Amino acid sequence: MPWNPAYEPVIGLEVHAQLKTVSKAFCGCSTRFGDNPNSNVCPVCLGMPGVLPVLNRQVVEFTLLMGLATHCSIRPRSSFARKNYFYPDLPKGYQISQFDEPICSKGWVEFEMHDGTRRRVGITRIHMEEDAGKSIHDLDIDSLVDLNRCGVPLIEIVSEPDLRTPAEASRYLQTIRQIVTYLGICDGNMEEGSLRCDANVSVRKVGAEEFGTKTEVKNMNSFRFVERAIEFEINRQIEVLESGGRVVQETMLWDSAQGVALPMRSKEEAHDYRYFPEPDLVPVVVDEPWIAGARSSLPEFPEVRRDRYVASFRLPKYDADILTAEKPLADYFELVVSGLSKQNDETVKLASNWTMTEVLRVVNEKRVALSELPVTPKRLASMINLIVNGTISGKIAKEVFEEMMAANEDPEVVVKRKGLVQISDTVAIELTIDEILAANPAEVEKYRAGKQQVFGFFVGEVMKRMKGKANPKMVNEVLKKKLER
Amino acid sequence: MSASVTHRSFDRIRQDLDAGSTTVEEITAGYLAAAEERSSLNAFISLFGHEAMDQARQVDRKRKAGAAGPLAGMVVSIKDAISVAGHRLTCGSRILENFVSPYDATVVARLKAADAVILGKTNLDEFAMGSSTEHSAFGRVKHPQDPDLVPGGSSGGSAVAVAAGLSTASLGSDTGGSIRQPAAFTGIVGLKPTYGRVSRYGLVAFASSFDTIGPFALTVADAARVLQAMAGRDVCDSTSSSTPVPDLLSAIGQPVRGLRVGLPKEYYAEGLQPEVRAAVQRQVDLLRDAGAVIAEVSLPHSAFTIAAYYILATAEASSNLARYDGARYGYRAKDAHDLSEMYLRSRSEGFGAEVKRRIMLGTYVLSAGYYEAYYGKGQRVRRLIKEDFDKAFAQVDCLVTPTTPSTAFKAGEKSGDPLQMYLSDIYTVSANLAGIPGISLPCGTDGAGHPIGVQLLGRQFDEPTILRVAAFLEAAAPSHT
Ligand SMILES: [Zn+2]
Repeated sequence: MPWNPAYEPVIGLEVHAQLKTVSKAFCGCSTRFGDNPNSNVCPVCLGMPGVLPVLNRQVVEFTLLMGLATHCSIRPRSSFARKNYFYPDLPKGYQISQFDEPICSKGWVEFEMHDGTRRRVGITRIHMEEDAGKSIHDLDIDSLVDLNRCGVPLIEIVSEPDLRTPAEASRYLQTIRQIVTYLGICDGNMEEGSLRCDANVSVRKVGAEEFGTKTEVKNMNSFRFVERAIEFEINRQIEVLESGGRVVQETMLWDSAQGVALPMRSKEEAHDYRYFPEPDLVPVVVDEPWIAGARSSLPEFPEVRRDRYVASFRLPKYDADILTAEKPLADYFELVVSGLSKQNDETVKLASNWTMTEVLRVVNEKRVALSELPVTPKRLASMINLIVNGTISGKIAKEVFEEMMAANEDPEVVVKRKGLVQISDTVAIELTIDEILAANPAEVEKYRAGKQQVFGFFVGEVMKRMKGKANPKMVNEVLKKKLER
Repeated sequence: MSASVTHRSFDRIRQDLDAGSTTVEEITAGYLAAAEERSSLNAFISLFGHEAMDQARQVDRKRKAGAAGPLAGMVVSIKDAISVAGHRLTCGSRILENFVSPYDATVVARLKAADAVILGKTNLDEFAMGSSTEHSAFGRVKHPQDPDLVPGGSSGGSAVAVAAGLSTASLGSDTGGSIRQPAAFTGIVGLKPTYGRVSRYGLVAFASSFDTIGPFALTVADAARVLQAMAGRDVCDSTSSSTPVPDLLSAIGQPVRGLRVGLPKEYYAEGLQPEVRAAVQRQVDLLRDAGAVIAEVSLPHSAFTIAAYYILATAEASSNLARYDGARYGYRAKDAHDLSEMYLRSRSEGFGAEVKRRIMLGTYVLSAGYYEAYYGKGQRVRRLIKEDFDKAFAQVDCLVTPTTPSTAFKAGEKSGDPLQMYLSDIYTVSANLAGIPGISLPCGTDGAGHPIGVQLLGRQFDEPTILRVAAFLEAAAPSHT
């Protein structure tokens, strides 16, 4: 344990997930990322005088899905509140959020640690709110504000203080990310800020009942930083206590460049948000049919899917874990399987291998989405079918794969255009082998004298002569037969 | 053209239009001329001149083609807290002095669609906070009868625009009495609809759960017509109601026989000017003589009305006015050194004293540690006041009260004493707490000849009943139109 084992950390996470709705939470503006600054704005999200918010139903729908996926109870009537503070990227001077009546509460998630132990973490609440804009300060001129993000819907997922190690916190966050991406309600991108995480951290003596004083750690924009920042804060607090000091309740900002968490200036955090009910919106009413509809549209979650892959596809758990980590990949893989002309353990494993290695490789190398890959699941399945029926070899398949990527063509077209059909003609192979044996009598003698290594030389010569298209299995068989005669 | 010509009801205008003796263009020109002529009243912040004339000519063309809307010939002014696309929206404040709004309020869009001509924007107490229209960055509005008197507020400019014949009707907003009180002071009809009956989209928010838009007019029928044109569900305002809007004009002329009319005894206690009491009593007598059943009712929590209102309304206001920070639009202090100074100075220089007083009060009541004692308690009192009305309306169909405890007061008389100023809304504020409709109409004058208003309050969404009683009283009184 990288901290004084006399202490036990207590950690709770507040995760903000930006919802992938088409339009903003309270106006019709687009939520698109990366557009020109202040282009996706209107009087409502600019906070002009006299405008009013109108709640986007999709926001409720998405939050409902998240609440159900995390076993929360759903409040039939929840309401919005105003969180008041001044900042230039907050045009109204308040954020519309939910305060004492959040839509989801009292849920939980479960996940598996790397050593196979299972953990269950309570969800205190999930509520809806709107994002603020973006201030840009690091310029020579005045600060600038981009309000494109202002009003984009967020959900805040607050965990119970059930986490005990930075690794658990990180696994919990990955689980939340997996759920929101499986639900398709958030793209889960921490670097772009569509998934953000703050941690409440305290430490207590092992065996103590009461919690220690907590601090809030902010600005951790990757899974790695979450772990490192929390660990830093745990050690800092233990040091304070061990040297006879007291932990002060404050907000710490993680500085990833220096690898330290530093207290925020007290002026910046001295907020009295003056929450009160948002008078411009009516209560959000979620009835039973709506909940039932949302429940029935929940997808199969990763662990269930993984277990199914192991049970019915008979894939190793290792494969199943990788394939189900991200929903798009799992969906891709299942489409490949459904395109196989023969489904058995061998062909499904081939599909798994090709998906885990070649497909993931090009996705990472070319930074393209699976949905934009020229090698569609249907094409990959056809290519595997060509391997299985002996039309091409596994080695040639690699070339076919690259060609499908480059030319955006079906595997059959590639094979035909490039003449990659495997030669399985016994006569042609025998004739070539005869010629090569005749041309290399010395090597033949060596083999027959017991020098087995020469076999590889003959295979190479045959393949070279036949431009790599000979069926390798047949070449092996014929060569062996002729050399050992 | 003199004010006497422009000082006429929509019924008269329509007769003249139908007779072919005038055009909408001529009528609009008349109002514009009258507004110029009486510019010393300071009723307008902006006049739309050419644009209004263009609109008038277009309405004339539509009339010729037989395709004109129901308000063709009506020339309406708009309180400058309501947005009209392409025009300044000042709210009577320095902080929005040069702000041009890019969009039409729903009410404005609906009036335009009904072919009303929009004449201009009227003066008001800054951000609708006040009861005298003395607190405007554009100077105080004067009472048409006596420049030393206030016209009431906060919609004083709108009240004067109608009372002085500077527009056929005017839109005001009523958060605690800001339509009914100035209507009473200037001797015209002012209608505050049920909360949710009219979209607030485009009304600069003062206290969102209280604010309502309503018309000023010379007659009850005109007020009903304007309300008819703008009422009903609006997708841009989540708090607007989908309760169907009945035919409001059909309520006018209906007999009051058998109608149960309540007199809340708390509204006839001390502090009521004797001439006002007598004038309202005469209205009650008229109703009794016509066969209405008069009953005394009680609204036991009336004593807490003003306190609850000023806690809740200022709390909402403190948040609603946070957006005026100088960052994106409106007044920004020059040469501020940092963000905090920019905020402080922009708001200190941009807002007037009464607005600052209310922002501070509202910020205080929402502060950590005080929320329950003030805002929480205020909400509970609001609930009790609503229940008072529910109980009263179980016994009677409408309530008759004075609109104000006294007639128009002198400028400066109460501006040094906010509490005295707040108490001038004592009979009107309860309708905003309860969200019920109210109307004020003239019912005589005091010894000095200054108008007295009588207020009718109805059940939620029961505008027809108060319009019916108002129209009866209007018909029973000697009319000046
Ligand atoms: Zn917008």
